[in-house]
Amino acid sequence: MNRKLLAAPYLVWVAGFIIIPLLFILGKALTTADGGFTLQNIAAIASPIHRKALLLSLQLALLCTVICVLLAYPLALIVRSSKLNQQSIVMFILILPMWMNFILRILALQMLLSNNGILNMILSRFSIAPLEIINTPAAIVFGMVYDFLPYMILPVMNSILSIDNNLIAAARDLGANGFHVFWKVIFPLSLPGVASGITMVFVPAMTAFVISDILGGGKIQLLGNVIEQEFSVSMDWNLGSGLSVALMLFILATSLLLGRGQNQSDRGRLLW
Amino acid sequence: MVKKLFSRLYVGLIILFLYAPIAVLIVLSFNDSKSRVVWGGFTTRWYSEVFSNSTILSAFATTIALALLSALIASVIGTLAALGIDRMRRKQYQVVMFFTNIPLLNADIVTGIALMLWFVRFLPLGFTSLLLAHVTFNIPYVILCVLPKLRQMDVNLYEAARDLGANSRTAFFKITFPFILPGVLSGFFLAVTMSMDDFVITYFTKGAGVNTLSTMIYGEIRKGIKPEMYALSTILFLIILLLLILMNIVPRLKNREQTASAVRDF
Amino acid sequence: MEQTTMTSDSILELKHIHKTFDDKTIIDDLSFQIQKNEFITLLGPSGCGKTTTLRIIGGFEKPDSGQVLFHGTDITNYPPEKRELNTVFQSYSLFPHMNVEDNIAFGLRLKKKSKAYIRDRISYALRLVNLEGFEKRRPVSLSGGQQQRIAIARAVVNEPKILLLDEPLGALDLKLRQEMQHELIRLKNELGITFIYVTHDQEEALTMSDRIIVMNQGIIQQVGNPVDIYNEPQNAFVADFIGESNIIDGIMVRDRLVTIGGVAFPCVDEGFSPNQLVDVVIRPEDVELVEPENGLTTGIVRDIVFKGVHYEIQVDSQIGISFLVQTTQAFSVGTSVGIRVIPDNIHIMNKPISSDEQIIDKDA
Repeated sequence: MNRKLLAAPYLVWVAGFIIIPLLFILGKALTTADGGFTLQNIAAIASPIHRKALLLSLQLALLCTVICVLLAYPLALIVRSSKLNQQSIVMFILILPMWMNFILRILALQMLLSNNGILNMILSRFSIAPLEIINTPAAIVFGMVYDFLPYMILPVMNSILSIDNNLIAAARDLGANGFHVFWKVIFPLSLPGVASGITMVFVPAMTAFVISDILGGGKIQLLGNVIEQEFSVSMDWNLGSGLSVALMLFILATSLLLGRGQNQSDRGRLLW
Repeated sequence: MVKKLFSRLYVGLIILFLYAPIAVLIVLSFNDSKSRVVWGGFTTRWYSEVFSNSTILSAFATTIALALLSALIASVIGTLAALGIDRMRRKQYQVVMFFTNIPLLNADIVTGIALMLWFVRFLPLGFTSLLLAHVTFNIPYVILCVLPKLRQMDVNLYEAARDLGANSRTAFFKITFPFILPGVLSGFFLAVTMSMDDFVITYFTKGAGVNTLSTMIYGEIRKGIKPEMYALSTILFLIILLLLILMNIVPRLKNREQTASAVRDF
Repeated sequence: MEQTTMTSDSILELKHIHKTFDDKTIIDDLSFQIQKNEFITLLGPSGCGKTTTLRIIGGFEKPDSGQVLFHGTDITNYPPEKRELNTVFQSYSLFPHMNVEDNIAFGLRLKKKSKAYIRDRISYALRLVNLEGFEKRRPVSLSGGQQQRIAIARAVVNEPKILLLDEPLGALDLKLRQEMQHELIRLKNELGITFIYVTHDQEEALTMSDRIIVMNQGIIQQVGNPVDIYNEPQNAFVADFIGESNIIDGIMVRDRLVTIGGVAFPCVDEGFSPNQLVDVVIRPEDVELVEPENGLTTGIVRDIVFKGVHYEIQVDSQIGISFLVQTTQAFSVGTSVGIRVIPDNIHIMNKPISSDEQIIDKDA
């Protein structure tokens, strides 16, 4: 028997539940309510309100991604330098919070960050002025980092832990000090992991709507909120689909750019 | 020394960051007040009341049934798919993996809306549509867990079994399947986790009558969360904590014993 | 043990090195000297401490006590990048994100050498290892033997005073390994630098080395040139590890006479106490099979295997000992033969006091 045939049920599934739905959302996006062809729904992304939401989403998502890289990278280096291979324990610590409901966790974060919340209570103990962070974009970024950090840590750690110790020994043997070892061996070899971490964080951050809803106090409109409301409040499915497709194209373009950057940095000579 | 101290502190802060909200929720589950901001004294009554709250229990049942069922179906389809994909030529392999990556890389909100737009054409939104949606986003996780195991496997193992007289069926169940089983199990577990954790796709594909814990909580945000919900989440969290500890620690202890006895034998 | 004396030509000296891992002693009071331009091999079974010794010389491990002297300077606490020696790693360890050229240039660029100089050195190094035109290739696209050569090129462009090689031929197939052995000898002569080579392969060690240090359980068993090590093993461990040997219990009746299983064998060794229990070592090619009446003892041919140049024969002797014999003459199984060994070829050794004996038993 040809073992390839075992993939047949999956291929049917791909056609039925991945390809067809994408065609449907594309169809909705390209039509008006009464069925005529239009590009209006997709072009609507450029209207002032939507453009503002898109730019804010982009800003916050980028900020969130950068913070996640900055937090995850040192952690991965620390785990690597600790002699025991603690990868499974770290995985365990990262996955466990996912079993506490995501919305409940964001609500708890709201309690921590609110003006008379726990964080400010602790700060006032040390006579530090309270942070008025809740219902601001900063709170939304905080929530995004909180929710998406594990998706950055896992691939970054994977790539850093899988670097062969002998490569580092070889670099030192050839005259590299700790600084050189990092920039010429560890950093370039960790880039694929960082790149996949970036896509895993940037995409959900770019499209978040629950986090912005709860931590932004409903006043800050991200693109996710706009799209969600087209379906739940305004009931303009065509416009909602159009904005979704625009968002998808935008993300696709960004990741292609990132992919090209990745290939370039892959060429070690550029680093010299 | 200073470096070590700094490292410890850093790891500690990250863990604090990830777990502080969870600690808050556990504390709230013992709070004898319906308000989220007032501490009304210690109580365990939410833990007993959760078992008589039929809306919460039914949302819980839906969540668990959805998670287990979708993970099970995804594991079967995904494992078969991995076995097939493993034998594909480079071009076919790339095409199939491209489609496998779509649900992983596409924004949840787009996946959810796309599925919803398609579902409303042929079936009323409800548990069935939810199940189809969850299976769809779970299959890629299973495939990504099983494929590496197949790639690691020495082809000669299967051929040796055939050579020793096993037919293809026996060889598969005695050799190939046990070898990839850890991958299948971690795929299943990951799928259960992802299904339980999902909100966005569930939100768009669930229809009016059905609620999972996530969508129910989302609906309650404005009215205020029922404290029983904290109790239920805490119970769930602790069960998983226990399970994960058992899964991680027991094999390690066994390993240690084996190495210890191996050393003694030497 | 052979006593080395300090000469002006000594480039590297290890003094009383101790190293333990998790309370297990890996190296125990190790001392030796290496001369300029020597090809020296650390030879021993896995776990004997040879790789750890090399890593201590390279600076990748710190000894618990003892000193590493380079031209008389104590470099024990120098990090690897400060040592004027380079290593060829067992797994080659080429940087996967760089092409061949960038790998080879790695050390030179760190030393801020000029572009022209680096270009010259790269083409020189590639010519040296017969891989001209491979500049732009990626390590993954190279065969094991090619990666091996690039690893050597990457090390030698830095003009190290000593090249450390950690079982560099281990992953190659037999034919390639033999080719590379000759390549390495050629390289060493062309470069005129010191090679310290680690291997568990006695044939490799005998082929390439000027001097061999045989190690077991973190202790030097014997130091000497290949001919001496092969012909005059100092103890049963060395005899067993280098080539094949018959190692037999014997009693030293008096000077120049040993008895094995009650039969007297004249030998040339002196200075043992009367009736001392000793190990008698006889190389298989030194056992002569003759007519039964001409032998010191007799035996029956149990087994014969053709090995190309010679036959390998197992003879069950009358005295209850089975001899391994190598000879160019064929005997059919069951033939009665006489066994003879000339006195020069019988080597008498003290029984080891350490636990080496157990290791030998395991291997046998």
